[in-house]
Amino acid sequence: MASATEYIIHHLTFNNVTLNGKSGSFWSLHIDTFTMSLILGFLFLFVFGFVARRAKVENPGKFQLFVELIVDMVDGQVKDIFHGKSKLIAPLSLTIFCWVFLFNLMDLLPVDLISFVNEAAGHPEAHWRMVPSADVNATFAMSLSVMILIVCYSIGAKGFGGWLKELFSAPFGPKLGPINFIFQLIELIAKPISLALRLFGNMYAGELIFILIALLPWGAQWILGGPWAIFHILIITLQAFVFMVLTIVYLSLAVEDH
Amino acid sequence: MEAIISNISGLTAIAAAIMIGLGAFGTALGFGLLGGKFLEASARQPELVSMLQTKLFIIAGLLDAISMIGVGIALLFVFNNPILSTALELLKSAH
Repeated sequence: MASATEYIIHHLTFNNVTLNGKSGSFWSLHIDTFTMSLILGFLFLFVFGFVARRAKVENPGKFQLFVELIVDMVDGQVKDIFHGKSKLIAPLSLTIFCWVFLFNLMDLLPVDLISFVNEAAGHPEAHWRMVPSADVNATFAMSLSVMILIVCYSIGAKGFGGWLKELFSAPFGPKLGPINFIFQLIELIAKPISLALRLFGNMYAGELIFILIALLPWGAQWILGGPWAIFHILIITLQAFVFMVLTIVYLSLAVEDH
Repeated sequence: MEAIISNISGLTAIAAAIMIGLGAFGTALGFGLLGGKFLEASARQPELVSMLQTKLFIIAGLLDAISMIGVGIALLFVFNNPILSTALELLKSAH
């Protein structure tokens, strides 16, 4: 195998496919991120939908209890934080939590697992990144969707004119319009950026440390990789939870009256 | 030409170290304060521990954010240095 740097760069390169036009243009996709997100999303939908359809009141199975645990947790958070009326918030939070958790869970798979599959299939040079949330595109996609939802909820709660008025009159009072606008704009833009980059940074750093551990000799791998993997289990769950809670908090801020 | 490349690489290494180091310093201070207040509050009112723990984890996730963004950017500079790519392009086109 090639040098250490080449190994690292190989494992950090996305499978970039251009659908239209030249490479690097708008229509070049990271097909590995795209496929993994779709597979994981549908997995979540099918599993939870299956359990929901076969839900029993007497004698629930253990898996149903597990799914109920997750749904209860999300429901508790939404009830705590969101004080408006909306039918979308709780399913949205459940989707965000489970989907981001599944994304992050891919980081616990061995770094070279997909390389073995690629070599067995005859394409040893193929790139395939397993962790969708280590791709800025995936995390920004989710957080930009959340930002669009924030704007839509604001307009829904205050009306379009009311929202514009609030953009120019909070937090300092109506006389300082432009300053208010700058502050509100910064706040509105900082939310999706921080959401996306928080998740991306955590997952990218985690994956990179796994790759660096994979370069060590066999004994050191277990001593370093074991504790890091255990710590990473906490980070995975925590980041999914924080993404979900922050989404709920931002949406509740968007609908509250001052 | 090697002088330019080594200059850029050396300064990039120092920049990455500062980014990661200062981020870690701030995060460590923040976690220390957060954990200390949490322990104080849970000693004062043990019945609130589970609620406080949830909020502890939320704030811990927020604290981690900026330092992780710093780590992400620093690692981007270490492994895929855009300044180095620009310099190499310029040097190639100058020859």
